Formats: sequence, structure tokens, C-alpha cells
Amino acid sequence: MIDKTVANVQQACRGVEDGMTFMLGGFGLCGIPENAIAELVRLDVKKVTCISNNAGVDDFGLGLLLQKRQIKKMISSYVGENAEFERQMLSGELEVELIPQGTLAQRCLAAQSGVPAFYTPAGYGTEVGEGKESREFNGKMHLLEHAFKAQFSFVKAWKGDTAGNLIFKGTARNFNPNMCGAAKITVAEVEELVPSGELDPNQIHIPGIFVQRIFQGAEYQKRIEQRTVREPQTK
Amino acid sequence: MLDKNQIAQRIAQEVRDGYYVNLGIGIPTLVANFVRDDIQVEFQSENGILGMGPFPIKGEEDADLINAGKQTITALKGASYFDSATSFSMIRGQHVDLTILGAMEVSQNGDIANWKIPGKMVKGMGGAMDLVASAENIIVAMMHTNRAGHSKLLKQCSLPLTGVHCVKKIVSNLAVLEIANGKFKLLERAPGVSVSEIQEATLGDLIIEGEIPEMTF
Repeated sequence: MIDKTVANVQQACRGVEDGMTFMLGGFGLCGIPENAIAELVRLDVKKVTCISNNAGVDDFGLGLLLQKRQIKKMISSYVGENAEFERQMLSGELEVELIPQGTLAQRCLAAQSGVPAFYTPAGYGTEVGEGKESREFNGKMHLLEHAFKAQFSFVKAWKGDTAGNLIFKGTARNFNPNMCGAAKITVAEVEELVPSGELDPNQIHIPGIFVQRIFQGAEYQKRIEQRTVREPQTK
Repeated sequence: MLDKNQIAQRIAQEVRDGYYVNLGIGIPTLVANFVRDDIQVEFQSENGILGMGPFPIKGEEDADLINAGKQTITALKGASYFDSATSFSMIRGQHVDLTILGAMEVSQNGDIANWKIPGKMVKGMGGAMDLVASAENIIVAMMHTNRAGHSKLLKQCSLPLTGVHCVKKIVSNLAVLEIANGKFKLLERAPGVSVSEIQEATLGDLIIEGEIPEMTF
């Protein structure tokens, strides 16, 4: 097996530079690459473009990069719950491209699978469709959308092995598998890293071929954004 | 006039045995509380779960298990998890039978606006544009008028659109309506609400045919 392991997050992020485009997995704060984000903050890379469904909260997730004004442009589907984001967006410091969530996922998948572009009905007839090529299929209008291009993908999985094979947990899966292999270099951080051969090949969600670097992350906070509970007897 | 829970209760009557259903944030989320116990329904949340269950009991919250509103949830027996692209394959590929979502405005040709108010903070469309562009069966849960008393059922939407020609049915605090031949067709009245009150609260063209029954619960 080809060994994809790197010793730590510093080695995992080698080659990261100002002005690059990054993909970052996660939905809200669920399944975000916490260690890679912390390292990007420490490295203080500037003027980066981030492709991520959301932009974190003020003091966690991508909000940490926003606080240090490292992000030039965000490409997301939903960016609520972040006051600093709002301030930078309204002042014009931060460029924001909002795109439909399914289109975002499919543009990742297209990049992963070598499909340069695809048609989707999402956003036709809205401002999302302005300036885009449109075409009718089966009596319905569609927009041409392109695969993303990025230098690094930062993803987070539950378990991984030294060959880069990944298994995700619960809804922390979200965009992470779609971003694997969708950038030039995919960096996977996992809660538990095991020697290759220890994971059941039947259970692997993402084969190691889509991953260039893997490491076991430290001290996951796994913050909950909206803690909702019910009384024991209710439906 | 219905409250939010009653709107959800009326919409729950539209949920049929064997349906896969996607519920939006707000009133639509409440629909799950009113679905009959004797039918089999699975709720999809577009962040990656089919077979979504109720909120967890205190102490059992799992940071790796949330819904599209980022709330902690549970998974029912037989549930499945999947990635975002697969989730939207279910939606775009029309495998989800019913989509229930909120709206700021709906027009009589079925256009919907629910993601952006110019001049205010824009948070994004999330999965709403994918859902409305692809779902075959869309029910909108909404208040008939805004806080200022202005109709939200219009000839043409004034806000930026989420999707065009996509809404099939509307359940508001005043009425059940469907989109028919480019107009709103009144199907049912909320208890105690008259046809003329509905007419007055509807700026778009309203078709009223025969006696309009009161909703039953």
C-alpha cells in the first residue's frame, strides 16, 4: 500500500500559499477540518478563496480566518450566523459568491470526477443564472455550471488508514467525500488513524486514491451550533 | 385564522403513505409532529440523512448528527447517511416525493421568493433553489400577509426569485390554494375565515369556484 501519512498538520499543509483556492468540508460546524483550519490561521496565508458550504461562526471554523482577514473570497450556499462575515461583506472587504447547495456539491463532484461542466435546473430564472449559458432538456431549462478548480482540499473523516482510505460518521460526511480528489492536493484529517489493512474494504466511503496526505487530528472540539433536545416522553 | 402549528397540521394531511419528504426550516419543520402514525414516511434532510428522527433527549446530543437547520437530531431505525452530492441526486433526480418550504412571496404563476431581501443582510439560498427547481410536488407554508398587512400572494414577486413556475400548492394562515392556469385557485378556508377576507388578503388573481369548504382537522 502507498503510505499517505504525514506526521502532523504542519506537514499536511506544506505548500499552502497566499492567493490560493481551498475547498473545506463540513456543514455548519459539523465535520469541519478543525486542525487544518487552525494551521491556516497560524500560517497566516492571505487573500485566499474558500469553497465551503458555510463560513463558520465568529470564533470557530472559517470564522477564525475571517477574524484575521485572510479570506478574499467565499464561495458558499449559506453564510448566516457570523457577525464578522456580515461586516466584511457589507464593507466590501470580502467578496461573496452564493450558489445553490446542490450546485456546490455537484461542482465538487465534477472536479473530482473529471467532468468539466454540467447542466442543472437550480437557479434558472433567478439571479444565479445571470450571464450563464442555459439550455432546454426535456422541456425544462437548465444552467451550465463548471467544475471547481482548487489547489487544496481540506476534509475531515471519522476513521482513516495509512493508505488514505476514509470512513465518515453521521451527517459529518456532507461535502467531505465530494471534495476528496477535487483539488490538486487533498489533505484528510481523521479522528482515528489505523494501519492499512485494518479497515474493512466493504465499509470504505472514499478510496485512498483521492487522498494525498492523511494525519490524525488533535483535540477535536466538535462544537454544536444549535443544541436542540426534547423531553424524554415526547415523540 | 391558523397559527403556525395548525398550518403544519393541515399540511401533514398532504403527506401520503410511502412518501420521502424534505422539510424546510420554520413552519415546515413542525409538519413532522402531525404526520399520522399509521403511515410510513421518511424525512430527508439535505445535509445528508434519510430517516431523520426527533430531537435527542438531553445528554444524547451528537455533534456528528444534525439537520439542515444545524439542530441536533436523532436517526430512526433504518436511517441512512450520505454525502451532499448524493443528497442532491435524490432531490434533483426527483426521488423525493414532497418538498415543504416557507416563502416570503409567491406569484400566481408559481414563482417563489424566499432567500433574499435587497438592502438587508443576505444569508444565502442553501438548498432552496435546488429543491424548488427539481421537486415535482412543492407545498409552500406561509403567512398570507406580511407584518405590515400586505399580501404575499402576488401577481408577480417583487423580491429576487428562488425559482420559477414551481409552486403547486400553498397552505397559509387563511387558506389552502393551488396554482392553476397562472392563477391562485382557492380550495379551502381556514376555520372562521370568509372568502372575502381571503380575497382581500390576496393581491394576485384568485379563482373562486362554487362553495369553498372550511378546512377540517
